Amino acid sequence: MQRALFPALFAAGVTFLLTCLVIGVRLEQEGPTLTVVGADASTWGWIAFAVVVVFLFQLFQGPISRLKQRIPSADATGLLPGEQMRNRLKPWLFSLIIVGLFVWPFMVSRGAVDLATLTLIYVMLGLGLNIVVGFAGLLDLGYVAFYAVGAYTYALLSEYFGLSFWACLPIAGLLAATFGCILGFPVLRLRGDYLAIVTLGFGEIIRILLNNWTSVTGGPNGIGGIDKPSLFGLEFSRRASEGSQTFHEFFGIDYDSSHKVIFLYLVAVLLVLLTIYVINRVQRMPIGRAWEALREDDIACRSLGLNPTVIKLSAFTMGASFAGFAGCFFAARQGFISPESFTFIESAIILAIVVLGGMGSQFGVILAAIAMTILPELAREFQEYRMLMFGGVMVLMMLWRPQGLLPMKRPHLELKTS
Amino acid sequence: MLRLDNVSTFYGKIQALHNVSLEVNQGEILTLIGANGAGKTTLMMTICGDPRAHGGHIEFDGQQIQHLNTSDIMRQGLAVVPEGRRIFSAMTVEENLFMGSFFRGKEESEEQLEHVLELFPRLKERYSQRGGTMSGGEQQMLAIGRALMSKPRLLLLDEPSLGLAPIIIQQIFEIIEKLREEGVTIFLVEQNAHQALKIADRGYVLENGRIVMSGTGDALLNDDSVRKAYLGG
Repeated sequence: MQRALFPALFAAGVTFLLTCLVIGVRLEQEGPTLTVVGADASTWGWIAFAVVVVFLFQLFQGPISRLKQRIPSADATGLLPGEQMRNRLKPWLFSLIIVGLFVWPFMVSRGAVDLATLTLIYVMLGLGLNIVVGFAGLLDLGYVAFYAVGAYTYALLSEYFGLSFWACLPIAGLLAATFGCILGFPVLRLRGDYLAIVTLGFGEIIRILLNNWTSVTGGPNGIGGIDKPSLFGLEFSRRASEGSQTFHEFFGIDYDSSHKVIFLYLVAVLLVLLTIYVINRVQRMPIGRAWEALREDDIACRSLGLNPTVIKLSAFTMGASFAGFAGCFFAARQGFISPESFTFIESAIILAIVVLGGMGSQFGVILAAIAMTILPELAREFQEYRMLMFGGVMVLMMLWRPQGLLPMKRPHLELKTS
Repeated sequence: MLRLDNVSTFYGKIQALHNVSLEVNQGEILTLIGANGAGKTTLMMTICGDPRAHGGHIEFDGQQIQHLNTSDIMRQGLAVVPEGRRIFSAMTVEENLFMGSFFRGKEESEEQLEHVLELFPRLKERYSQRGGTMSGGEQQMLAIGRALMSKPRLLLLDEPSLGLAPIIIQQIFEIIEKLREEGVTIFLVEQNAHQALKIADRGYVLENGRIVMSGTGDALLNDDSVRKAYLGG
C-alpha cells in the first residue's frame, strides 16, 4: 500500500492537471480580448470525481488484479468440438461464411452494404500491410503511398486513355509493386526506427507530389467521374454510354441504384478472397518461411545463405501490390479521388488494424479491420467524443491484450519423412 | 580446401586481424584457439564475408571468395554455426531444419533430414517443439543440425561449447568427431582449448589478431607456452 501511494498520487496529479487544462478552463472572446473563464461547479465536481477514481484505482491496483485472478475464468475449450471434428468442420464453416458473404447484401439496406464494402477495402489493406509488418517485421509507416499509387493509376488511365477497371486492376497492382521495389532498394538496409521514418517520408512525398502536379493529377481538386467497374461489359448506370449495354436492360429488370452498390460489394468480396488465398499460399511457401526467419534473426538467415535484401524486397513488393489493388478498387468505388484520401492518418489506421489484430495473424487482421471501420460508424451518435472513445479502447486493448485480438498461430510445415 | 592468405580485417580504424594465413585440409578437424578478444570470431566472420577482408585472399576449393556477398559465400558448400547458436526460437525444430536446406532440392533435403535426425536423436523427439523452448544443449544441436542441412563440405563451428554443461559438451564433441569420419571438414573455433585440441588434427593459436603458433593437436596440447596460457599450467 505504501509503495503504491506515490504512483497513485502522481497519477491523480497528472489527471488533475490534464482535466483542468482541457475541461476546467475555457478561453472566451469578449470583443477584442480573450478572457479565461472557469468551468461551473458541476464540471469541477466531475473533475474531482475523476481524480479520486484514478487515485483509488492506482492505490488498490495490486489487490484488484489479485482479485481478478481469483475469479475463475470460464473454460470454454470444452465447448469446442474435438480436434478431428474441428478439422472436418473447417471447410464447411469456411464455405458457409463465403456463401453468407454473397447472399447477405441482398437482404440488408444499401448503407450497410456500402459500409461493408469500405470494410473490405480495409481488410485488403490490412492483409497487405500484414505481409510487411507482421510477416517480415518491417515497420512501414508510408503504406498509404502504394494505396494512392493504385488509386491514381486507375483514375489517370481511365481519364486519359479510357481503360476499364478490369484492365487497370492488374496494372495498378504491378505499378504499386514497382514503386514498392523502387522504394525498397535504397531503404531496406535500414532497420527499425530509421526504416519507419524513411517510409513515412515516402508516403508524404507521394501525397505532396499528387497535390502539386496539378497539370496531370488535378492537384487538390482531385479527379472525378471515374468509371465504375462493369460486369462483362454491362454497365450499372441508368443509361448506357455509347456502344455498350446496361445491366438492367440486358436482364430486362427495372433500374435500381442498389444493383451497383451490391455489385461493387461483390467485387470487393472476390478481391478479398483472392487476397486471402494468395497470402495463405505464399505464407506456406519457402519465401513465407524466409520472411519469418528474417524477422527472427537476421544474422542466422545470412549464415544459411539467404539474402536479406532480396527477401525484404519481396515482402515489400508483395505488400505494395495488394495496396495497389485496394487503391484501384477504392478509386472505382468512390468515383472521385483527391490527395486528401491518402494522408498519414490512413497509414496509421491500417497499421493500427494490423497491430490490433495480432501481427501476422490473418484472421485477427480481418476482425480488427471490421472492428476499426464499423465501431466508429456505430459510435456516430457520440459525435466529438468518438475519437476519445476510440483512443480509450486502444489503450485498454494494449493493457489487456497486447498481443492483439487473435495472435498469430503459425501453420505447420510438413516435410514428409518416409 | 580453405586457404587464408595474409588476411587483414579492420573494424573502422581498428585492425582486428594482422596478415593471418592458415589452411584447412580436406577431411580434418582444424581448431583455432585463443583468449577473449584475440580475433577468433572475427576470423570466422571474415571467412563468411562480414566484415570483409581488407587485404589478402580467401580461397575455398580453389576459388577466391573474399569479394562475394555473405549470402553467396554461404551457398558455396560451407556452412557456419554462428556464435550464440542463433536458432529461430519461434519456429519449430522441423522448420528450423527446413531453413537450413533452403537452397537444396526436395529429395536431397529429405535425405539429409533423415541423416541429421539420426545424428541427433534428440531433435527427433523434439521435432514439432519450438526452438526457443528447448535447453541450451538441444539448441546447440539444432544449430549444428541446421547448418548440416545444406550438406556442407566444410563446417565452421564458432564456440559450440559456449555455456553448456560438461556432459553436453562431451556429446557435442563426439558428434564433431563423427562428422569428420563421414568426411565433413571441420574448422572449430574454441575457448575450451583442452577439449578442442584433443580431437583436433591440427591447431592454430591466435593472439591479438596474429597467428603465433601452429602444429598438430597433440603437439600444441603438450606445448609449455600453450599449457601456461590456455590450459591452466
